[in-house]
Amino acid sequence: MADISPAVVLDRVTVVYGTNRALRDVSAVFPSGAVGLLGPNGAGKSTMLKSLLGFIPPVSGRLEVLGLNVADKPLEVRARIGYMPETDGHIPGMNAVTFVAYCGQLAGLPKADAMQRAHEVLFYVGLGEARYRNVETYSTGMKQRIKLAQALVHDPDLVFLDEPTNGMDPKGREEMLELIRDIAHNKGISLILSSHLLPDVEYVCDHVVVLDKGAVATQGTIDDLKGPSGRVYEVRVKGELAPFIAALEGAGMECQETDEDVMRVFVPGPLGAAGEDQRRICTIAGQSHTQVRHLKASLPTLEDVFARAIGEA
Amino acid sequence: MSPIHDQSYRRYQGDRRPVGHAWRVIAGDGIRQMLAKRVFLGLFIFAWIPFIVRAVQMYFATSLGGSVPQASAFLSISPNTFRDFLDQQSVFVFFMTIYIGAGLIANDRRANALQIYLSKPMLRMEYIGGKLLVLVSFLLSVTLVPALLLLVLQAAFAGNLTFLRANLFLIPAVVLSSFIIVTVASFTMLALSSLSKSSRFVAVMYTGAIFFTSALYGALSLIFGSTRVAWVSIGANMEQVIDVIFRKTPRYEVPTVICAMVLLALVVVSISVLERRVRGVEVVS
Repeated sequence: MADISPAVVLDRVTVVYGTNRALRDVSAVFPSGAVGLLGPNGAGKSTMLKSLLGFIPPVSGRLEVLGLNVADKPLEVRARIGYMPETDGHIPGMNAVTFVAYCGQLAGLPKADAMQRAHEVLFYVGLGEARYRNVETYSTGMKQRIKLAQALVHDPDLVFLDEPTNGMDPKGREEMLELIRDIAHNKGISLILSSHLLPDVEYVCDHVVVLDKGAVATQGTIDDLKGPSGRVYEVRVKGELAPFIAALEGAGMECQETDEDVMRVFVPGPLGAAGEDQRRICTIAGQSHTQVRHLKASLPTLEDVFARAIGEA
Repeated sequence: MSPIHDQSYRRYQGDRRPVGHAWRVIAGDGIRQMLAKRVFLGLFIFAWIPFIVRAVQMYFATSLGGSVPQASAFLSISPNTFRDFLDQQSVFVFFMTIYIGAGLIANDRRANALQIYLSKPMLRMEYIGGKLLVLVSFLLSVTLVPALLLLVLQAAFAGNLTFLRANLFLIPAVVLSSFIIVTVASFTMLALSSLSKSSRFVAVMYTGAIFFTSALYGALSLIFGSTRVAWVSIGANMEQVIDVIFRKTPRYEVPTVICAMVLLALVVVSISVLERRVRGVEVVS
């Protein structure tokens, strides 16, 4: 039976850097399993992870990891979690297997066990053949893998992954996501995946917490957040866009322009008769003297959830 | 048929050490890494040459006895022999402090290793303690260890404990002096190492701190015509305090208490710097 107790709980947490409030009165629950921590750059994702590790103490509020209060038992908390930092990090002058075994020893494993685990974990992350190479000679993708290995060597119950696919080529990224998904879904390790790459989070996680400007914009399971309470349509039009968008928004719809010439229109509320949404959009287009060239129902994505959450925050 | 060895991820079922032992791992690894360097081994062996010279001196001083009075007088062993020995070793302490200590934290900062270390179940104090122990171990091995061994050798060559009994204060004097030399050098170097990501820059800063303060003292003593300003020099402060510990007449006019307080202040400032700089995250205001 799956563990239903939350992995991480934040209760009215405020973190301040100098005069900058990086987290503002944040309350969030990260259930066990794979949880995505989403948000634009500067939203407070890394700050939240570093606070959970005890690097940055909050000025107010309570942080709880695996049922332990971070302020009271930071070492016990860190003994049970693994941390894969966003920036490159290694111990200078070591090859991969020595580095990972050393991290295992630092986390409390006996020397022989740490070495055995280091070999196993390096094979698991795909660095088995390169395990005797100095870490400083590794490529960006290999450095990401070794950061994951050092986070896993002591067999944590919870792993914090901060932008784990940064700088990886498409194949490497795919492999890394497979690994992370396997850890969360088959190995019984909970994880918090901090990323600004929505497809990565959507592929790995079942639950998300969206941060914006240091506050929680929304949180819940991805399915719930995508929700049945609205539909998304891809629309391409010819003519003046501004009056059309204004008219759609006036009718209670939400518009999101994409990088391409296709616009995404979110129609809230319960689904009416077949084709009703499309007819409404076309009517509004006609009233604003715009021609609809393309209109297609689209499945709501995490991108829609994210865009709505950020817009609402 | 099962595979010979399962290479996928497995949960760990073995024992775990209780928290609070990471400093041992850090120190042990630091010492092993240093011993694997040939240049360091060369320096270390070189630092023991004065010990060999002194041991030979002791051998001849005791074995010649009264048969060659002039040589015996020239080679005679006194409490000053041990004071002079520690003075000689301070040169090696300087070079070893730079070689071992400059990169201890600076290299970790360059490689962003602090966030890796401090994400493990360890206190910042353990990290600092582990790094400090690397430096302290090697520095004591070229000060305290050879100095105590010389005392043992003296008794062994003489075949009696007469000298040691007559100068029993030498044991605590050697221990205390060695610890003062090593503590001041280690904390100062470690604090400087935490201030930069470049071990070379740290080496330059440490050298500068030692030589600049000595040069400043030289200039001030010329201006004021007195050695009362010796407290500005790190080296002079140590010489003054150690002279008193060895019951010698202090070589500078400055009160020894002031010298001791300057050294203490240096250690306190170093600890404060380490407390601020050794963090899992660097906050840039």
